[in-house]
Amino acid sequence: MSPRTLYQKIWDRHVVTDYGNDEALLYVDRHLVQEVSSPQAFATIEKQGRKVRRPEAHVAVADHAVPTKRDGRRFADELAQAQVDRLKQNAKRHDITYLPMEGDRHGIVHVIGPELGFTLPGSVLVCGDSHTSTHGAFGCIAFGIGASECATVFAAQSLRQRRQKTMRVNLEGGLPDGVTVKDVILALIAKIGTGGGVGYAIEYAGSTVRGLSMESRMTLCNMSIEAGSRVGMVAPDEKTIAYLKDRPLAPKAELWDAAVADWMSLRSDEDAVFDHEITFDTSALVPQVSWGTTPEHTLPIDGVVPDPADIRDDGKREKMHRTLDYMGLTPGTRLSAIAVDTVFIGSCTNGRIEDLRAAAKVLAGRKAAPGIRAIAVPGSATVKAIAEAEGLDRVFREAGFEWRDAGCSMCVGMNDDRLSKGERSASTSNRNFEGRQGIGGRTHLMSPQMAAAAALAGHITDVRKYL
Amino acid sequence: MTMEKLIELKSVAAPLMEDAIDTDVIFPARFLLLLERDGLGRYAFNERRGGSEPFILDQPPYDKAQILVTGETFGTGSSREQAVWALADLGIRCVIARSFGEIFYSNCFKNGVLPIRLRGDEMAHIETAAEAGEEITIDLPAQEIRVADTTIAFDLDANRKRALMAGLDEICTILSDDADAIAAYEKRRASETPWLVLAPEQFGQIKTEEDAA
Ligand code: SF4
Repeated sequence: MSPRTLYQKIWDRHVVTDYGNDEALLYVDRHLVQEVSSPQAFATIEKQGRKVRRPEAHVAVADHAVPTKRDGRRFADELAQAQVDRLKQNAKRHDITYLPMEGDRHGIVHVIGPELGFTLPGSVLVCGDSHTSTHGAFGCIAFGIGASECATVFAAQSLRQRRQKTMRVNLEGGLPDGVTVKDVILALIAKIGTGGGVGYAIEYAGSTVRGLSMESRMTLCNMSIEAGSRVGMVAPDEKTIAYLKDRPLAPKAELWDAAVADWMSLRSDEDAVFDHEITFDTSALVPQVSWGTTPEHTLPIDGVVPDPADIRDDGKREKMHRTLDYMGLTPGTRLSAIAVDTVFIGSCTNGRIEDLRAAAKVLAGRKAAPGIRAIAVPGSATVKAIAEAEGLDRVFREAGFEWRDAGCSMCVGMNDDRLSKGERSASTSNRNFEGRQGIGGRTHLMSPQMAAAAALAGHITDVRKYL
Repeated sequence: MTMEKLIELKSVAAPLMEDAIDTDVIFPARFLLLLERDGLGRYAFNERRGGSEPFILDQPPYDKAQILVTGETFGTGSSREQAVWALADLGIRCVIARSFGEIFYSNCFKNGVLPIRLRGDEMAHIETAAEAGEEITIDLPAQEIRVADTTIAFDLDANRKRALMAGLDEICTILSDDADAIAAYEKRRASETPWLVLAPEQFGQIKTEEDAA
C-alpha cells in the first residue's frame, strides 16, 4: 500500500461505501449533541418517523445557552430555558445520555468529550458545532456539521463526505516563557489567513507539538476552524494514552490494551506526501493579540493598530475602515495602550485546567484594575472541581474575578454573559466577529495569561512583564 | 422526504461585496435560541439592517433577488445552519462567492441552495452584472451562469447536483441506498476495532441524575 497520512488512514477505516471521486459514506463513531444545533435535527427525524440508530453513540449536553450563575431556579431567559428543556426531552425520548447542568459531568461539549473518554484516537467524531476540530488533538477525525447532518447521523450513523486534502503544519523550536499555544495558533492564522486552511485537514507535527500537553493540543486543534480547516489533528502518543486511561467511557482491561497497541501505531507514514506543508518556527514567538473582527486580524503585542491608508486595494481598505470603526480604534495606536472593560477567561479554547492555572499564576497576590469586570468560567464541572481543590477559585476571587459555573458563557452572545454596545473585552475565546460576544461588543483574542495581565493593567499588555 | 427542487433561476443578483462575512453576521448568535427553522429570514443580517441606509437585500430590485453575490470565505465561522435557513427564507436560492466557509457550503446543499465558487474575471463579470441590476440565469443542468451574452461554467460535484435537481433528502437517499452497507460496516467494526463500540452499560459510570430544577 502506498504511504498514507494519519487522516487518510482513519478515513479509509471509516468508509462504508466508496462513491469514487474522493467521496464516501463515512461511518460516525461518536456524536456530541448540544442544544443549539439539535432541536431542528430531532424534529427532522421525528417528522420522517425515524429512530436514532445507535443511541449509545450520542451524548447530549447543554452549554451555549446556560447561565453560568446558577441558583437551581429557572433561567431568567425563557427562550434559553426552553431550548435546554427541549434538549433534555429529546435526549430522553431517544434514549440518549443527557448530562444535566447540575451534574458533575456537565460542561462545554468540547471539554467533556475528552474528559469522559468519549473522544478516542482513530475514531470519527462529529458535533453540530464548528469547534469540533478540538477533538482531533487525540488523533481522530473530528469535524463540525450542520443541523441537517446531525439528523443524518441520528438516523444513519454515517455521513456523505468528501475527503479533504491534507496539510501538515510543522511547529518547531518549542515556546519561550509567557508564550502559549494560543499565541502560536493566532500567529499561524494571521500568517495563512482565515481561508488558508479551507479544504484541508491539518495535521500538527514537530517538536513544539510533541512538547505540548493534551490541553494545549486541544487549544491548537480547536482553532483550526478559524484558519478555515474543519479538521485539525495530532498523532496519538504517550500523552494521549496517559490522558485517556481510566476515563469513564474509555475501553477497559484487554480492550484497552488492544486499543493502545493500535493507537500507538496510528501516525502518518514517514514518506507520506501532504498536499501542502508548512513549517513555522515558534522559538522566538511573542504574545499575540487580535485587533479586528476576524482572527487573522492578529499582531504581536508590540504592534500597533494598522493604517487603512497603507492598503492599496479599494475594497480591502474600505473593509478595514469599517473594521476599525466597529472596533473603535485609531490607526497607529499601540496595542498595549488599548483599555478594556471586561476580561473573559474560559471557552472551549481556553477553559481547561491548564488555562486556569496559567491565568491564576499571573493573578496570584495581585488585583484587577479598578472598574474591570472580570469573569473566570471553567469549561466543565470537572475543571471547576479540580480548580477549587487547588484553590484557584480563591486566587481568581481575590484578584477581583467572578468565579462561575461551566458553560460557553461570554464566548457567544446567547446567554446572560454578554458585552454591551461599545464594550471592549480581553477574551480567551476563539472568535472576534462583529457581535459575537454581544451586539456592538469589541473583542480582543489572546491567551489566558495575557487576559489575566490585561485584567491587572486595565489595558492590553505584555504578560511577560508579570512573570 | 424532499426539498424544493432547483433547476433554473432567473433573477437579479444582490451584490454584497465584502470579504469574510461570517455566520455570526448572517445570523446573530442570540437568535439561535429559537427552536424553529422556518421564518428566520427576518433575523438575517440583523445588525446590518435598520440603519440609515437600507441593507442591500431590502433595496429594490434586490429585495426580490434569488441570487446573492459576495466575496471571499462567505459563511465562515460557526456551523449554524440557521445562516442558510435564514437566507433561503429570504428567497435566496444561489450564492456566488470567491470562496466559502466549508460547513456553510455543505449546509447549502441540504436546503436546496446552490453555492457557486468563481474567481478572477468571471467573478468580476458577475459582480458588474449584479451591481447593474441585470438579470442572471443559473442553469443547473448545464452548470452554466448566463448574463446578457456571456456564459460562465461552474464546478459542481455530481452527487450534489443530482440531489439539488431532484430535491432529494440525504437521509432518505442514504437509507435507501446504503442501509446494508452500514450494517455490514458495523459488524466489521465490532471485530476490527471493538474498542470503538460503546456498550450502553458503560454509561452507568456517568451519573445522569435529574436536574435539580
Ligand atoms: S465555548 Fe464558544 S466556541 Fe466553544 S462551543 Fe461554546 S460557543 Fe462554541
